[in-house]
Amino acid sequence: MAIELFILMLLIFMIIAALIAVESSDLLSAVIAIEAAGFGLCAVDLLLGAPDLAFPQVLVEIVTLVILIRMIMTRRDTSRQTPRDTLRTAVVMLAGGMFLVMVFLAVGGVNTSGTMPSFGHPVMGSFEDTGVSSQYLFRCARDTGAANVVMGILLDYRAYDTLGEATVIFAAILGGYVVLRKIGRKKSKEINP
Amino acid sequence: MRGMSPIVRNIAALLGGVVIMYGVYVTLTGHLAPGGGFVGGVIVMAGIVMLVLAFGGERARELMREHRCQLLEGLGALSFLIIGLLGFLTVSGCFFKNFLPTGKVHELTSGGMIPILNVAIAIKVGAGLTGIFLALVLGCRSAMFRKGK
Repeated sequence: MAIELFILMLLIFMIIAALIAVESSDLLSAVIAIEAAGFGLCAVDLLLGAPDLAFPQVLVEIVTLVILIRMIMTRRDTSRQTPRDTLRTAVVMLAGGMFLVMVFLAVGGVNTSGTMPSFGHPVMGSFEDTGVSSQYLFRCARDTGAANVVMGILLDYRAYDTLGEATVIFAAILGGYVVLRKIGRKKSKEINP
Repeated sequence: MRGMSPIVRNIAALLGGVVIMYGVYVTLTGHLAPGGGFVGGVIVMAGIVMLVLAFGGERARELMREHRCQLLEGLGALSFLIIGLLGFLTVSGCFFKNFLPTGKVHELTSGGMIPILNVAIAIKVGAGLTGIFLALVLGCRSAMFRKGK
């Protein structure tokens, strides 16, 4: 129960940090607020017992912080912020959140009689059961020869999922290159004379 | 982009190789301890970022002229796919079948194709993120996307 309380506090902290990042007029404070939310996510990963996930998360947060702050120092942002309709954004986000909550409740989120398991309950059977996860734990070293069970699952049993993950990174980096390209880019005068 | 002060340069020169070597170590022992290709690639990229920030971007701009980061990233992704297809074609009809001998647990050569896949992912992630860093921060877009020359 204590862990769930900690996670709840961290989630509230992350939501506040994200709101600050969206609403602040200064770029530097927005970047710092985003990184605060990211480190909160790292702490959630550690509390849920996933050091393999928290490790790259911390690294990516640090590198992103360095890159973004370096960019802010290099390029002065002189543009003025246009006023936003905060009420409309809030209503849309609230409606989206309500929709997700309704979907979660509709598939049986609270009670265990539905299709969604309760919080912290392993989906594919606990350690004592004869579910898939216990089979992974028992047979990983014999099947794959990897001492690290996480890597055995990621790159042997579930290598197809890892291929999808690698594709996502590939597409993201490709999108970055496309946004930053020089070839085929026109000045705004040429488009709107 | 200019480099930083001599104090920062000397410390970065001492630590840069150690950081990159730690990234390689994390990649190669991904099947024995927490770590793996993604983390190893990001650590190598962090070492390169530290060196570039300390020493300035001129040398990096020269090295990046021939799309090397993009080439390495594509090669990493391609080798990942080819290893998956090798298991599909040679041994059985199972995509990403672990076709190499698994060896003895807790040894560096154990795990069959897992260390090789880790190395492919590390090359892909490290090269891709380094290229994005150089394109974003150094402003060497024209050098990266120049054809020929």
